[in-house]
Amino acid sequence: MNEMLLQVNHLQTNFYTESGVVKAVNDVSFAIREGETVCIVGESGCGKSITALSLMQLIPENGKVEGGEINFAGKNLLDLSKKDIRRLRGNEIGMIFQEPMTSLNPVFTIGEQMIEPIQEHLLLSKKAAYKKAMELITMLGIPNAEKIVNLYPHELSGGMLQRIMIAIALSCNPKLIIADEPTTALDVTIQAQILDLLRDIKKEFNTSMLLITHDLGVVAEMADYVVVMYAGKVVEEGPVLELFKNPQHPYTKGLLKAKPVIGERKDRLYTIAGQVPNLVDLSEACYFADRCEHAMDICRVKQPVLTEMAKGQKTACWLYEDGENQ
Amino acid sequence: MKQYVLQRFLQMIVILFGTSFIIFFLFAMLPGDYIDSNISLTPQRAQELKALYGLDQPVLQRYFKWLGNALHGDFGYSLKHQENVLSLLNKYVWNSFFVAILALFLTWSIALVSGVISAIKQYSWFDGFVTFFVFAAMSFPSFFISLLFIKWFGVDLQILPIGGMIDTGSDSTGLAHLLEVGKHMILPVTILTLLSIGSLTRYFRTGMLEVIRQDYIRTARAKGLKERVVIFKHALKNAILPAITLLAFELPGLFSGAIIMEQIFNWPGVGRIQLESVSFRDYPVLMAFTMFLSCLTIIGNFLADVTYAAVDPRIRLK
Repeated sequence: MNEMLLQVNHLQTNFYTESGVVKAVNDVSFAIREGETVCIVGESGCGKSITALSLMQLIPENGKVEGGEINFAGKNLLDLSKKDIRRLRGNEIGMIFQEPMTSLNPVFTIGEQMIEPIQEHLLLSKKAAYKKAMELITMLGIPNAEKIVNLYPHELSGGMLQRIMIAIALSCNPKLIIADEPTTALDVTIQAQILDLLRDIKKEFNTSMLLITHDLGVVAEMADYVVVMYAGKVVEEGPVLELFKNPQHPYTKGLLKAKPVIGERKDRLYTIAGQVPNLVDLSEACYFADRCEHAMDICRVKQPVLTEMAKGQKTACWLYEDGENQ
Repeated sequence: MKQYVLQRFLQMIVILFGTSFIIFFLFAMLPGDYIDSNISLTPQRAQELKALYGLDQPVLQRYFKWLGNALHGDFGYSLKHQENVLSLLNKYVWNSFFVAILALFLTWSIALVSGVISAIKQYSWFDGFVTFFVFAAMSFPSFFISLLFIKWFGVDLQILPIGGMIDTGSDSTGLAHLLEVGKHMILPVTILTLLSIGSLTRYFRTGMLEVIRQDYIRTARAKGLKERVVIFKHALKNAILPAITLLAFELPGLFSGAIIMEQIFNWPGVGRIQLESVSFRDYPVLMAFTMFLSCLTIIGNFLADVTYAAVDPRIRLK
C-alpha cells in the first residue's frame, strides 16, 4: 500500500452566526494515500466544502477550525504559521473551485493569473513562468496557448476556464489536488471532459485527489475511496466498490436509490423524505433519525459512532451496533 | 473605438447648443435686469442704458447675437465689473481651482486609504472610528464648521489667518508669497476635504467589502499569494474601477468654486463672482460661466466613459 499523504483526525469547524454556533464540520476523520482519490459526498450544506476549505484554512471569517488535526506530509497544518500555510497553498496543495466563471479575476489576463503561483512558489522569472503557463495550457488540451494567455476570463467559456483553473492548481506540481465540485457548474459533455482530464492528470503525475461532489455518477467514475457526510458528520465510508455494492447506512442507501438508472423508466425517482436538520444547537441524537425509515428509540437519544464493518467499510448507525455497545 | 469617440463628440456639440439655449432663456425669464436694480437712474437714462446693452430687444434675437459672438470667442463685458468676461473669470477661477484641486487630492487619498483599511478590518476599532468620524464631518453644516475652525485656529490659537488670500497690505513675492498663500489655504482646504470625505470613504469601504467576498479573491489566496498582493492587487483594482467614473464627475467641481466657503473665508474665488452675477443679473458673466461648467460636465462624462473602457477589459465601446 502507498504511504499516507493526508490524515484528518477529528476535525471540528464551527461558524458563529447570529442564531448560534453552527457545527459545519463535526468530528470528521479521513485519510488520503499517495495517488489515491477520495470523494466526499453529501447533499448541499452537509459540510463537505467547508471540510475542503478547512484543509486550506480558507474558511470565511465567521468560521473557525476549533479542533482536531490535519496531518499533511508529516506536518500538522493547524500548527503551522500563516506564512507556512501560504507557502503550502497552490504549491503542495492545489485547489479547484466550483464556479470557474467567477473564480478568476475579471481584470487580469489568464496569463497574469497563471504565472502568479509559478513566480511565487517556483521562483521562476516572468518569461520562464509565461513559458510554463503556455505549456500547461497546451497540456490541458487548449489550442493557441500564446493567444489564450493574453485573453481575459470573460472571453473564454466555462469549460475552458475550468481547464485554466486546473492548470493553475497543477502549476507547482502539488502532492494533493482538492477539487470542490469541479463539474457542478458545467454542462454534461464538458463535465465528462473535465473528469477525463482529472483522471489523466492523476495517472500521469500520481497526484492524490480530494474530490468534493454531490454527484454519485462522478463518485463511481473517479473515486477509490468514498466518505459520505451528513449534517457535518461522516456517516459512512469505504472503498468505492464495496460502498456502491453493499451500502450500510440508511442515508447512503437512500442516496443510491435516488440515483436514476439508465434504461429504467420510473414516474418518480426515490427521494429521502424530510429535510436536512438545522445545524444550530443539535441535540445528542443521530442527526438522520428524523428522516430514517429504521429509526429506533436509541437513535433519538444517543449518537452512533463510526464502527468498522466488513471489507474496510465503516458506518455510524445503531442498526449495526452489537448489544454490548449499547 | 475611434467611431465611438467621434460619435460622442458630435453628440457633445448638439448637447452644448441645447444647454446654451435653455440656460439663456431661463435667465432671460427671471424678472428684472441689471438696469432695473439700480433705482437711482431716471427712467430716461435707464432706457438709454438698456438700448446700449441691447436689453430692449426680443429674447430670441439677444440669444442669437450672444451665440454669434460666443462662437467667435467673445463673451462680452461684465456689466457690474465693466471688464471683459473672460479676463474677469480668468482672474478668479484659478484661486478656486487651487483650493479645489488640493481638497480633491486630499479627499481621494485619505478616503481611499481609510476606506480600504476599514473594509479589510471590518468592525475593528479603526473601522468604528473612521465610520464615526466621517459621518460627523459630513453632518456639520459648512458654515458652522468654518466659523468654529476660524475661532479655534484663527482667534484662540492665532496660528492661522482668519480669511483672505494674503495678509492685509502684504506685498511679498516669490517663495514668501507662496508660503503666505499656502498658510491662508490651510483652513479652506481642510474644511472642503472634511465635508466631502465621508461619502467617498463609505463608497470605497463598500466597494472593497463587496470585492473581498468574491470567489476570485479566494482563488488568489488558494494560489498561496501574499495577503498584501491579494488585497492591493486583486481586490483593489476591482474595487477602484467604479470610482473612476466618480473622479471624472469631479471635473466641473474643480472650477465651480465653493460659494459658502469663499464667502466665509473671504477667498477671492469664482464662487463669489457667480453669486454676484446672479443677484445683479449680470448676464454675460452668468452665461459664460454656466456654459463653461456645462462644457466641463459633458467632457467629464465623456472622459468617464472612455477611461472606464480603457481600464476595464469587460467593457468595449461601440
